[in-house]
Amino acid sequence: MKAASFDYHAPPTVESAIALLQRFEGEGLDTKLLAGGQSLMPMLNMRIARPQVLVDLGKIEALDYIRAEGEAIAIGSMASKRAAEDSPLLREQQPLFHAATLLIGHRQIRNRGTVGGSFAHADPAAEYPAVALVQDIRMRAQGPNGVREIAASDFFVTFMTTSLEATEILVEVRLPPFRPGTGWAIQEFAKRHGDLALAGIAVTLRKANGRCEDVRIGAFGVNATAVRLPAAEAALNGQSATTENFARAAAVAGESVAEPLGDVHATPDYRRQLVKVLTERCLAEAAARAA
Amino acid sequence: MTTRQRTRVTVNGRVYEREVEPRVTLADFLRHDLHLGGTHVGCEHGICGVCTVLIDGLPARSCLTLAVQADGMEVTTIEGLRDPETGKLHPVQQAFVDAHGLQCGFCTPAFIMSTVELLRDNPDPDDEAIKEALGGNLCRCTGYETIIASVRLAARRLREQSGPA
Ligand SMILES: Cc1cc2nc3c(=O)[nH]c(=O)nc-3n(C[C@H](O)[C@H](O)[C@H](O)COP(=O)(O)OP(=O)(O)OC[C@H]3O[C@@H](n4cnc5c(N)ncnc54)[C@H](O)[C@@H]3O)c2cc1C
Ligand code: FES
Ligand code: FES
Repeated sequence: MKAASFDYHAPPTVESAIALLQRFEGEGLDTKLLAGGQSLMPMLNMRIARPQVLVDLGKIEALDYIRAEGEAIAIGSMASKRAAEDSPLLREQQPLFHAATLLIGHRQIRNRGTVGGSFAHADPAAEYPAVALVQDIRMRAQGPNGVREIAASDFFVTFMTTSLEATEILVEVRLPPFRPGTGWAIQEFAKRHGDLALAGIAVTLRKANGRCEDVRIGAFGVNATAVRLPAAEAALNGQSATTENFARAAAVAGESVAEPLGDVHATPDYRRQLVKVLTERCLAEAAARAA
Repeated sequence: MTTRQRTRVTVNGRVYEREVEPRVTLADFLRHDLHLGGTHVGCEHGICGVCTVLIDGLPARSCLTLAVQADGMEVTTIEGLRDPETGKLHPVQQAFVDAHGLQCGFCTPAFIMSTVELLRDNPDPDDEAIKEALGGNLCRCTGYETIIASVRLAARRLREQSGPA
């Protein structure tokens, strides 16, 4: 199908984009920001979304960067996922984020789709939000009153909904330093390679004297947003890194995940099973990587 | 209420300046405004990949890009691959012919555009790399084996053309 009509603006700066958002909000117009279009365009073409105005961020070059800021890495919201895939900085210093990037769609999608768009779109099955929860990634949003920082745990609200205000733009995501020696893994199950996951798990953990600590488990594709699985984390924290303990924590993960989604592709029970299996595999993989 | 937008896009080396309605996709712009029908349209929501063109050198879905977004960008379509002087097919196109990489041909321009970019960065891809690069393109005829064979043939010929490394 073809998109319904809309007006289009491509402002050159964040400030001018915010001014447009304020103006259209004042005029009562249904306005959407356009980034890479890899989620919004399908919705426009299928007329699931029918905004009256699109404000395209594509001309704002100041939002297209991936750079080290002290120990952290700052990614401008308009950096493409291809840029993240090709970034030596991310590959070397942020292995989990980099691996998550490679699981997103196909190269043709990553070439246009932006990093910021994946956070702002807040698809429950997207990889980045789970990584954000596990790694305490922080979002920077800019609006009429300036810039504010939002923790990942406050950012994702429900299906396709974030805590961004209508006149705010996500300008940056900031990755805290990835502590050397931290073990990590991300695995997902999808019908076809590149599809959104039916369920996925991201894990980080540390090992001290053969025992697991600071275990973090994030699940995506199973609830309205990505979630941490604190009961499963607690089941492994302080325990030795053995396959029995991974299986035990994974069983807790499967049992404790609250009301998994059910749809034509997977029942709630099937998603629960995927959470269990993927958690077990991720814990083993992460523990093998931990130094 | 929609205002047409002046858009300047370079397609296959030629600059086009047109007034377009913002909702027109790059795919429809190429096909209907510029009469370049080699870029096909299937699902129009990003799944099938038949609309793949190169935008600033990188394969992308032209059904998920607005023509107005391509303002100031360089687009390459299947029509831009042939040698302009000799009229000869691009080595990747010729390889798809010789290794039977197509049956109905609906998906072919898109596979070729994705392959062109793959081989530019990686002259000797293994099957894994080929599958990764082409995983975003669907074909309902060939079963993919002959497509992979075509990519391998194209890679070999391009390596031979550019001489021993
Ligand atoms: C075939 C296919 C497979 C895919 N597979 C995956 C997958 O496996 N995993 C995955 O995570 N995603 C997947 N995607 C989605 C893809 O990653 C999108 O690129 C991403 O979800 C949105 O980023 P975008 O830049 O394309 O944003 P757009 O589509 O332009 O925008 C998406 C939404 O975010 C809002 N938005 C965008 N940027 C900002 C900003 N800076 N500030 C505020 N709001 C903003 C927009 O208003 C819009 O509502 C897939 C898409 C396709 C077509
Ligand atoms: S027409 Fe199917 S992906 Fe563009
Ligand atoms: S050759 Fe017919 S769809 Fe690929």
